[in-house]
Amino acid sequence: MAIDNLKKLEKLINSELSSKIQNSSIKNGELLIEINENNLIEVLQFLKSNEKCKFRQLIDIAGVDYPEEEKRFQLVYLLLSHERNERIKLSIKFQSDEIINSITKIFSSANWMEREVFDMYGIKFKNHPDLRRILTDYGFKGHPLRKDFPLTGFNEVRYSEKEKKVIYEPVKLEQNYRNFDFESPWEGTNYIKEIKNLKKDG
Amino acid sequence: MVKRTKSLNLNFGPQHPAAHGVLRLILQLDGEVVEKADPHIGLLHRGTEKLIEHKTYAQALPYFDRLDYVAPMNQEHAFALAAEKLLNIEVPIRAKYIRVIFCEIGRILSHILNVTTQALDVGALTPSLWGFEERETLMTFYERASGSRLHANYFRTGGVNQDVPLRLLEDIEKFCKSFPRILNDLESLLTDNRIFKQRNVEIGIVSKQEALDHSFSGVMLRGSGVSWDLRKSQPYEIYKDLDFKIPVGKNGDCYDRYLCRIEEMRESVKIILQCIEKIPKGPIKSVDGKISPPSRQDLKQSMEALIHHFKLFTEGYRVPKGDVYTAVEAPKGEFGVYLISDGSSKPYRCKIRAPGFSHLQAMDYLIRGHMLADVPAVLGSLDIVFGEVDR
Repeated sequence: MAIDNLKKLEKLINSELSSKIQNSSIKNGELLIEINENNLIEVLQFLKSNEKCKFRQLIDIAGVDYPEEEKRFQLVYLLLSHERNERIKLSIKFQSDEIINSITKIFSSANWMEREVFDMYGIKFKNHPDLRRILTDYGFKGHPLRKDFPLTGFNEVRYSEKEKKVIYEPVKLEQNYRNFDFESPWEGTNYIKEIKNLKKDG
Repeated sequence: MVKRTKSLNLNFGPQHPAAHGVLRLILQLDGEVVEKADPHIGLLHRGTEKLIEHKTYAQALPYFDRLDYVAPMNQEHAFALAAEKLLNIEVPIRAKYIRVIFCEIGRILSHILNVTTQALDVGALTPSLWGFEERETLMTFYERASGSRLHANYFRTGGVNQDVPLRLLEDIEKFCKSFPRILNDLESLLTDNRIFKQRNVEIGIVSKQEALDHSFSGVMLRGSGVSWDLRKSQPYEIYKDLDFKIPVGKNGDCYDRYLCRIEEMRESVKIILQCIEKIPKGPIKSVDGKISPPSRQDLKQSMEALIHHFKLFTEGYRVPKGDVYTAVEAPKGEFGVYLISDGSSKPYRCKIRAPGFSHLQAMDYLIRGHMLADVPAVLGSLDIVFGEVDR
């Protein structure tokens, strides 16, 4: 039922915006649409105002970092339509130095969400009214959710009895954060999987 | 002669009892009228999302207790659902009932705290004293099921950690029978109270359209007359089979939101009673040994169980590649988890969608033109908890 509606929606979006859609797929019962970052504004405008879509609520903007890939960053816009009772995911991928169009004109709630992405990933937005850091400390350096940012960070903060004020110092740990590699290449024996699959089919 | 006035900048918080945590609000005042509000958040930022990327799925779950710490299990629920969707596993029916019971207890916990502290912010002390007694009772239910009052860590991918102990459900039922009377008492103090109404009616009005534009969810949306509740519209677990109503406000002001919360507590009580009546016997977590750890008894007897135990508590279970977004109707609104897995036993990315984040964002819009004394009233009705806003 729900999947059929999603398929219809996928078709509709593909036919209306054929040239702007790079790829679309339905996985785990969720529709993901990949577009070029230059078409972001138009596609969002369409999804929000089109009579058949009405995705009027921006739920969240999620940044993702893929340091190995040429297009390093991904932004996923999660939208919700109350009328259709459906969700949609819109994804753009781009290189680390690119500046993305701000969508605050379309969804006013994108303001803080974009600030958070800027804070966490250092992605800049064009025409954003107030692009400041939001979650990290005043005067913080670096972008913590990038994969190359260490988990323990660079600075620690404490109250200095000597100087009678709060001071920042480089992180000193008694023991460094240890990341054990427990991954084993062993996938389990094949015959068990075969039996499982047989049971599922039968 | 033109009288020249200068606007005053006022620093509200971060250490202010009415700021509901560590909110620093920079207010620009013209006399007593607020011209602009600039919330500074992040003073409680603990890097939850970053930490989760370095932990296995089982280790990531306790972080969700620490987001909205007044309703911990609702958060765990969103994460458990996300991992289950990626793993494509079935949750036993008894576990679903237990989850719903504890999520509704979480809703009552959160709403009691909010309603009574909102009253406290506008000058009524007694409701919070009465309400916190009930919260304490509810938290002992948490403790009896999970072992801790606040940071429960009770839900698991594929079910819950352990079955509810003997007689807990009977005690919850007893509580549900007596709680509506306490609610009536609370209401008798507030609902028709002249001062409470003066401070809340027609304060912080949000229209339907604005509520949608600002990504509001939960009571903030329903208070403005939008009938939208994920438990009804996109039902998860067993909410489909339960009979409950969605209270909707009319005017979208602080007072309507208060009324919605009170009514929601009554509905939650109904849900819990239905669940206790219907709950079947059976397993409480997935029977798949590759995901649920074996019982202590099995560990002594079975080699396979021992291997499973070792693998689950070192490497953890691997989750198939993919990305999902799951949302639950947390007491404060839509709490969502956007989970990306790269096929390993640790999440590649876990974006947490906290309802309070978008609600607090609208603070400037809500408070502009109001008096300084309305700031705590509006803030109280937003239902802000900094654990989830700052993450």
